[in-house]
Amino acid sequence: MFRIIAKDVLSQGAGTRIIRIRVSAPAVALKAQAGEFVLVMVTGKGERIPLTIADRDVQEGSITLVFQEAGFSTRLLGQLAEGETLYALTGPLGQATHVPANGKIVLVGGGVGIAELYPVARAFREKNNRVMAVLGARTKDLLVLVDDMRRVAHDFHIVTDDGSCGRQGVVTDVLREILLSDPSFPVYTVGPLPMMKAVAQVARQAGAPAVVSLNSLMVDGTGMCGGCRVTVGGQIRFVCVDGPEFDAHQIDWEELAKRNKVYKEKEAHICRLDSL
Amino acid sequence: MKKWPVKMNERSPEDRAGDFKEVVAGYTPEEALLEASRCLQCRDARCVAGCPVGINIRDFIGAIVRKDFAQACAIIWEKNNFPSICGRVCPAENQCRKACVLTKKGAAFASLEAININFLERFAGDRALSSRPSRVSVSDEDLSRFRVAVVGSGPAGLCCAGELARRGVRVVVFEGLHKPGGVLRYGIPSFRLPQDVVDREISALEDLGVVFRLNTLVGKTLTIEDLFRDGFSSVFLGLGAGTPSFLGIPGESLGNVYSANEFLTRVNLMGAHLFPEYHTPVNVGRRIVVIGGGNTAMDAARVALRLQRGNGISVDVTVLYRRTMEEMPARRLEIEHARQEGVRFEFLTSPTRFLGGTDGSLQSLECLRCRLGEPDARGRRRPQEIPGSVFVLDFDQAIVAIGLTANQVLVRATPGLEVNSNLDITVDPHTMRTSLQGVYAGGDVVGGEGTVIEAMGMAKKAAGSILKCLESLP
Ligand SMILES: Cc1cc2nc3c(=O)[nH]c(=O)nc-3n(C[C@H](O)[C@H](O)[C@H](O)COP(=O)(O)OP(=O)(O)OC[C@H]3O[C@@H](n4cnc5c(N)ncnc54)[C@H](O)[C@@H]3O)c2cc1C
Ligand code: SF4
Ligand code: FES
Repeated sequence: MFRIIAKDVLSQGAGTRIIRIRVSAPAVALKAQAGEFVLVMVTGKGERIPLTIADRDVQEGSITLVFQEAGFSTRLLGQLAEGETLYALTGPLGQATHVPANGKIVLVGGGVGIAELYPVARAFREKNNRVMAVLGARTKDLLVLVDDMRRVAHDFHIVTDDGSCGRQGVVTDVLREILLSDPSFPVYTVGPLPMMKAVAQVARQAGAPAVVSLNSLMVDGTGMCGGCRVTVGGQIRFVCVDGPEFDAHQIDWEELAKRNKVYKEKEAHICRLDSL
Repeated sequence: MKKWPVKMNERSPEDRAGDFKEVVAGYTPEEALLEASRCLQCRDARCVAGCPVGINIRDFIGAIVRKDFAQACAIIWEKNNFPSICGRVCPAENQCRKACVLTKKGAAFASLEAININFLERFAGDRALSSRPSRVSVSDEDLSRFRVAVVGSGPAGLCCAGELARRGVRVVVFEGLHKPGGVLRYGIPSFRLPQDVVDREISALEDLGVVFRLNTLVGKTLTIEDLFRDGFSSVFLGLGAGTPSFLGIPGESLGNVYSANEFLTRVNLMGAHLFPEYHTPVNVGRRIVVIGGGNTAMDAARVALRLQRGNGISVDVTVLYRRTMEEMPARRLEIEHARQEGVRFEFLTSPTRFLGGTDGSLQSLECLRCRLGEPDARGRRRPQEIPGSVFVLDFDQAIVAIGLTANQVLVRATPGLEVNSNLDITVDPHTMRTSLQGVYAGGDVVGGEGTVIEAMGMAKKAAGSILKCLESLP
């Protein structure tokens, strides 16, 4: 179980890689819905890390995971080859995306977050929504699944910091314009935390509702430790069981940013030691 | 001549606080004989009534006196599947030992003189761990055509699985985490309950034919409906009380404020004390506060202290509790061990606010003094905050151990499964059946945070109902 059936590198450059793997996990594939995630342990000594389910194939009994080699555990995962197996994988976890029918949505994704956006885009499209996508990255090399997204979205915008692909700038530049013409456009965002925070701010200024899919640190992913907690509307919520999607306007962003840095020193330490 | 209780050998506080190896060594056969021979073999053995599952304590102690250790264990097994575990973690001072005639009348806890029943239980269990009884099959019926799903592999799930498997039922245990054992694995540290004791009990169940399906969160990976569709005749829910409560005071989400469950899980389940060999990190403060007075708080404090030692930080761990030592729900031995190892206690103190620095990590804790007021429903005196008694203590790490509630993942995914106002699953107390046909429950998910032995008691009752139901089926 949890064998890597296929692996490909979606992007390489800018000092990092974004990798896609297809993993055998029939039970998870059967149940997976857009917005849900799995917890993965690469080895028996590994961390439990959350990864969004980017796709599934019920026939093959597999799920697709896309990750950026950002920290120790994702780099370790990146080293596994086709045919090798993950020590553990649990899921699908979290609440599936709430997808209303016959509406509209603007999806804003950054970096590896675009991979997390893809299943959500499909779910909205399947329910007959008008789907607009705004995808951003630092540079062209870090853009992934662009063609897949282009197929699913009715409207499609690309923005890069350095202008190497699409428009030069940040995703919020485009979002602002979209919301200017139609401030009632619901927004859905996933990506790096500062980006999500900025998207939420723009949406709020425009008076648009916004949903955010959070990536917090997790241990069990089953609601058992509270390590993933985030303050939403003044209440403690657990991202793994109550989320990962929340009303972006209710999030205590500052607290979340600080909590996500709690293990920065340890992370630096283990990465140095193993110089992966 | 009056015989004095035989103490268990314990490693010195200095020595043991440096690692995670077991603190209390078991009795040698000589010591066990000596202790067992103190038992008066009362005609009306009160100790039995003090045991939540009614182990025939007098007789098993009698068997030890006769040096028939196998028989001693067999007697325990009639009521309790896991003596090696319970002998280590049961709060005997509130149960059998408190009921023992040698305890002074009216004492709050067992007296020193009371027979060390739990130590003897551990002795009998440890000696027998290698020689488990094989399947106890009942002659004229074969239950192997039935399959039962057990959800959760804590003491309740393990006990239920064992009861059913011993009668030939094919049992599959579904566990959400990657290792079985529940709190025995992720909560109780190995210096109290070595992991190999749990491992051996689990492999004994596997020998009985029990299959463990890990990484399977029922309610998400599969539903109860799926289980019935797959041909399981009954389902037992031993989900535990796994969701940590928080104080709900400002600053609780600052960096380095942990729930005890998170802190203990990082270490016990994920091996964070062996970082970076194991990849899960845990932070270790210079001044650590643990808030709460139960076993969880004691375990968190003693793990914290060991981590400080392991990281070359001088030990500085304080347990903060709103009442006094006497009201602490923790086992007395644990409190004593924590104290010996250097844990400090700050009683009659109620935290009101976590204060942090600009980087978002904890710096201090604002508190109020308390005094004890009228007893609450459970007879424990209620703490009352004294207005204006504010004071601030410096801490750079806090561990919140104020209680746990039932995990709702499965309940949310299971229409028709009724819960009470505490969100615990409601059952018929006689059969342990839930509101759903064929679905039974037991352990902390029914009774709220309790003990290992209570969880097993409920599981045993549920297993009895399940067996009765299976026997009546064609
Ligand atoms: C730190 C700590 C120390 C303790 N010390 C003591 C002590 O010294 N003595 C004592 O008697 N008691 C002690 N207790 C209490 C005791 O551990 C519990 O009462 C007991 O473990 C309850 O057993 P259980 O089987 O009901 O639940 P648990 O042990 O909590 O096990 C439940 C299991 O179910 C799994 N699960 C939950 N939901 C699902 C799902 N939907 N699908 C699949 N699996 C699921 C969980 O992952 C877990 O493994 C302690 C508790 C803690 C937290
Ligand atoms: S353990 Fe105590 S109460 Fe029980 S039989 Fe022995 S002396 Fe009597
Ligand atoms: S990751 Fe532990 S509760 Fe969410």
